[in-house]
Amino acid sequence: MSSEVKTAPKEGLFSKKNRQLLKDPFNMQNPVTVQVLGICSSLAITVKLQPAIVMGVSVLAVVAFSNLITSLMRNLIPNRIRIIVQLVVVAALVIVVDQILKAYVYDVSKQLSVFVGLIITNCILMGRIEAFALSNSPWKSFLDGIGNGAGYAAVLIIIAFIRELLGSGQLYGVQVIPHSWYIQNGGFYSNNGFMLLPPMALIVVAVIIWIQRSKFKSLIEE
Amino acid sequence: MGELLNLFIKSIFIENMIFAFFLGMCSYLAVSKTVKTALGLGVAVTFVLLITVPINFLLDTYLLKAGAMAWISEDLAKYDLSFLSFIMFIAIIAAIVQLLEMVVEKFSPSLYNALGIFLPLIAVNCAILGAALFVQERGYKTLAEATTFGVGSGVGWALAIVAVAAIRERLKYSHIPAPLRGLGITFIITGLMGMAFMGFMGIKL
Amino acid sequence: MDINSNKYTYIFSIIMVIVVAALLSYTALSLKAPQEANIELEKKQEILLSINVKVEREAAGKAFDKYIKQSLVIQGGKVLEKPTVPAFSIDMASTVAKPGPERELPLYVAEVDGKEFYILPVRGKGLWGPVWGNVAMEKDGNTVYGVTFGHKGETPGLGAEISLPIFTDQFKGKKISEGTEFVSIEVRKGEATTAHQVNGISGGTITSVGVQDMLKDCLAPYADYFLSLSNAPKDSAL
Repeated sequence: MSSEVKTAPKEGLFSKKNRQLLKDPFNMQNPVTVQVLGICSSLAITVKLQPAIVMGVSVLAVVAFSNLITSLMRNLIPNRIRIIVQLVVVAALVIVVDQILKAYVYDVSKQLSVFVGLIITNCILMGRIEAFALSNSPWKSFLDGIGNGAGYAAVLIIIAFIRELLGSGQLYGVQVIPHSWYIQNGGFYSNNGFMLLPPMALIVVAVIIWIQRSKFKSLIEE
Repeated sequence: MGELLNLFIKSIFIENMIFAFFLGMCSYLAVSKTVKTALGLGVAVTFVLLITVPINFLLDTYLLKAGAMAWISEDLAKYDLSFLSFIMFIAIIAAIVQLLEMVVEKFSPSLYNALGIFLPLIAVNCAILGAALFVQERGYKTLAEATTFGVGSGVGWALAIVAVAAIRERLKYSHIPAPLRGLGITFIITGLMGMAFMGFMGIKL
Repeated sequence: MDINSNKYTYIFSIIMVIVVAALLSYTALSLKAPQEANIELEKKQEILLSINVKVEREAAGKAFDKYIKQSLVIQGGKVLEKPTVPAFSIDMASTVAKPGPERELPLYVAEVDGKEFYILPVRGKGLWGPVWGNVAMEKDGNTVYGVTFGHKGETPGLGAEISLPIFTDQFKGKKISEGTEFVSIEVRKGEATTAHQVNGISGGTITSVGVQDMLKDCLAPYADYFLSLSNAPKDSAL
């Protein structure tokens, strides 16, 4: 890839290829449902939309900037300590994000608790750095980071949307199912408390994968 | 002693790293195709947790926490380095894993052959960093508690990956809807096992 | 220079460590003030909520100064004249770990519309992590005026409901003592009948029991103090 960049220096900032870097992670190359990266630190915080959105944005920022920084340094990093350098870059960015969250969105940062720290070991980060940033120009890497971060955030938000709506009848903390529907108020409806428990996050992901793979047949595993 | 046993059982079954917190899912999904490799990775993870959790606990208690450095001198007691904990924890984990790889390679080639390929994977296994962060977050008081929690989490993780690998081996003979094959069905199985494990909630020893 | 030589590797590592350390220290120091302000304001907000004073996070500091008349530290049933740390800075987690009589506990005296209340912070263990709260008592030191509970990570929809009004409202008017004896408040499964019982949360049994244990454990030292107040000769109280 790097030789390609040299031969085509006039490539526009948002050329077709670059736009592809942004778009791919939303369908055929989604980091969560296709590349199976970054499930670890994500599912536990999808009970409600707000923490999921904050988490998605945090990961997006960390992926984009860690990609950018490692790509800028890619010709300077000694090969032997490559992994540890990447970890340090990522960990430093995550600490910055954590400090910012604690200072400005304190309530959400409390809900996210240890999962902010676990962004460090989110496989998307190391995966994208190793697979893309180390061999591509900074701008491309930055776009790749944004694309993957956004693809990841999109999945988190979809899962959180489903879980919050069905599990507590709310969206972003606002009641959307009318109170009069509930059984205790003489209606017919009851929240599915099960949606709030960890196992349902996995099932929801499975259903998303199912739908996605029915649409894109090429993704089906043997 | 009872407290520790309680914590041990709790960290294996009730607060299982995979079923309750989804930690270490990446390697869990990638390496749970056969029981043999799953067992190898499970043992390696437990081993690394056994070593890194106590070290990170000591690091946090005697260096990073607010007032932790009081044992060096009174002047240092006012410093709070807890903002460095993420980077210190991950550095310790990466270093220990590297060290372990070298030691195991030197002294026990057979063990190295069994575990060696998994060791580099482990540095970025969320369960390892997760355990260190949980110890900090939940404020475990003693080294014994932290170690018990570390080992318990490792055993729980190993149990989960071996159990799922065993199921996946059998799944080869099932008719699964094509789009669910592989990844999808593994998520569903994990979800179902998570529900089963929730049955352990409320146990008190 | 060969980027894979030992010398280069060392130089690279050293420069990286210095740069990263400087960057992180700078961020941590510059954000420390808003972070600590958040924690302090939240604590003040929770304390005020127990006496039914609802304020925005930003206004909590001013409201706290307005309503809280006195911050005392009590130990072994007596007010400490010279506490080692001021009441507001007491770390509940570490003080609650000690046996009851040794604890240094904060006690806030609040005044709302001419009525006086005591506010007692409490802390214990839920299912997944710590639970804590503030119990506001009426002037008799026996009747509960209001409570708030917080938790670190109880199950949403189940144990986490302890912080919602549906649970906390039940505490209003309950009694913690009977005559001169401390009985605490029981969190029951099913129908709560007496003045010492409230209904637990279905599906949140361990958290409910956690709250019950917390109240029993944490209110006892305060009850000693209140009983000593009511037993004291009337003239000295005046």
